[in-house]
Amino acid sequence: MLQLLRQIARTGIKTEPRPEPAAEARELGRLQGEILRTLGRALTIRQVDAGSCNGCELEIHALGNPYYNLEGLGIKFVASPRHADMLLVTGPVSKHMAIALKRTYEATPDPKLVVAVGDCGCTGGVFGESYASCGRVGNVIPVDVAIPGCPPTPVALLRGILAAVSAPARERSPVPPSREAPA
Amino acid sequence: MNVSPLGIAAAALAAPVPAQRCPVGSGQVLGACRLAWEQGGQLAALWASDERDRDRGFLLRVLLVDGEGFTLLEHTLPDGEARYPDLSPIFPAANRMQRAVFDLLGLQCDADDQRPWLWQAAWPIDAFPLRRDFQASPKWEPGEEHYPFVRVAGDGVHEIPVGPVHAGIIEPGHFRFQVVGEKVLRLEERLGYVHKGIEKRFETMALAQGHRLAGRVSGDSAVAYAWAYAQAAEAIAGLAVPPRALALRGLCLERERIANHLGDLGYLGNDGGFAFGLSQFSRLKEDVLRANVRAFGHRLLMDVVVPGGVANDLDAETAAALHRQAEDLAREVRRLRSIYDEHAGLQDRFRTCGQAPHELALKLGLTGLAARASGVARDLRCDFPSPPYDALDVRLATRDTGDVAARVAVRFDELLESLRLTRTLLERLPEGDVAVPYPAATREHSALGAVEGWRGPVIVALDAGADGTIRRCHPHDPSWQNWPVLEHAVIGNIVADFPLINKSFNLSYSGHDL
Repeated sequence: MLQLLRQIARTGIKTEPRPEPAAEARELGRLQGEILRTLGRALTIRQVDAGSCNGCELEIHALGNPYYNLEGLGIKFVASPRHADMLLVTGPVSKHMAIALKRTYEATPDPKLVVAVGDCGCTGGVFGESYASCGRVGNVIPVDVAIPGCPPTPVALLRGILAAVSAPARERSPVPPSREAPA
Repeated sequence: MNVSPLGIAAAALAAPVPAQRCPVGSGQVLGACRLAWEQGGQLAALWASDERDRDRGFLLRVLLVDGEGFTLLEHTLPDGEARYPDLSPIFPAANRMQRAVFDLLGLQCDADDQRPWLWQAAWPIDAFPLRRDFQASPKWEPGEEHYPFVRVAGDGVHEIPVGPVHAGIIEPGHFRFQVVGEKVLRLEERLGYVHKGIEKRFETMALAQGHRLAGRVSGDSAVAYAWAYAQAAEAIAGLAVPPRALALRGLCLERERIANHLGDLGYLGNDGGFAFGLSQFSRLKEDVLRANVRAFGHRLLMDVVVPGGVANDLDAETAAALHRQAEDLAREVRRLRSIYDEHAGLQDRFRTCGQAPHELALKLGLTGLAARASGVARDLRCDFPSPPYDALDVRLATRDTGDVAARVAVRFDELLESLRLTRTLLERLPEGDVAVPYPAATREHSALGAVEGWRGPVIVALDAGADGTIRRCHPHDPSWQNWPVLEHAVIGNIVADFPLINKSFNLSYSGHDL
């Protein structure tokens, strides 16, 4: 136990700016402040992997580490879409996940936000559209904000989440008529 | 493997590991597999290709591995109607691979289990994506699929379906638990949700570009896949990679292992009810990823390994910083290990939980990290060390209890060993170029790449077409072998321990579903 307490004391609080490339650390500090102001300490996110290579998931996980301390900002990943304000969706959307993704979208209460993550979520990326892939997330459900990157860094993810919650008017990406967005 | 008792001729197979190829007739496939099993061999991968444009029907390929190296059995099927023998009585891991071969190529084997595996009604059941005459139609509407799960009947038995959208931030898959009270009687997995047509996509690419897609087969193993792909592409072109590039690849692969083991050790602590472990280990992992950016320009080291070498060189100052980081990390990891080891509550969760006994591991062909935790002493870096590993003397990490505790212990051992390896690699970094240009045109040829990724052996089998194109590329993830073992490891455990057991294997969905 003593060893454990000593380790906690030795580690200290890591959420302060680190000896980083300075620009990135400043960006992180500014974003954290803005998210706090906009949300008043409450945003719940349901993450949906709709076909990714799992690289995006690694970076979404990183948001929870002590450096980014997402929970400290009042942003929480929740276990059910019914508890979520926002869907954070990685792609490309595989054909096999399209129905599950639509159902998850339907199960999320309004008003809801959808953030598409990664080059694949934005465009289909290296996998593109095929017999097995619907391509970008916007081809399956309406998207509010898309965060490019392969995978996007945790700072890019924070920036995208902020863009979604602070957008005054929702300009959603068009959904092709063949795949109508669920009402 | 010694194939002479079968009277089969073996030829060399282009690969950086010992490898041979043997054409086998329909009567010889089973015999060769049985012989391999008797000689201590295992099934490494199984796939097929459409060779009708070359008037050779279809080619089924069975890759075996034993202490001497890889043996590729090549079995020609005259047409799509021909059947091949069921290999699952010898190698149970063949079951899902055979079903995937049907889903993608329409080749049937003589097995009782004819259920689809990757197919989930997104395309017609009689259209086979990896056939060369396959034409995808935008008119195909996803259909309903009724997968016949095995159900357990009896008083008090109930079923818990989970997924494909899970509660945590993980990849999609479906799990059916048959449960009495809290106890798991049976688990059945249904995968294929992230099948996104990777193998078909490869066939539209040039050999010199395939590494980008290979590095995204399973994002957590970007270096392992890109390296295995590069090995195969370089073997096809007969390209010699500069020693400095090989050392830097080794450095990247070990840093990928370090990052993943750090992440897993954190989550294993968390799933064992010890959140302290997650915050500590995720902090250390972030330190590694940030140093990766400074050294190689990418947190997950994607696109660093390219055919012909590596994309970035390392300057002396950055190399020294990575060396210092490895020393600091080793000190921190030892301290945290001692905290984990002495935490009674955590050890109570880890020990005897999710056991995969040695005999079961051998029978089911468990591989990689999980196999080493069940006493199977195999690691490509030790068994067939290719440069830079031939000069590193990698210390194999094994345990024999096959439980969560063993998989945690193997991770700790390997983490510290990888930190040592990175220090050694940095101290002995050869001078010279970090890449040679990859030729635009190559011969029509086949080759194999094999790399011990953090999860286990990552294999890439590559056929080059004319004009430097990819004719067929099959990436094989160790998760193929290990997913079925997870079904066994949870039997008799309580449902609430499943996340912990699952995490201790930490298998790839994307790498498996392709």
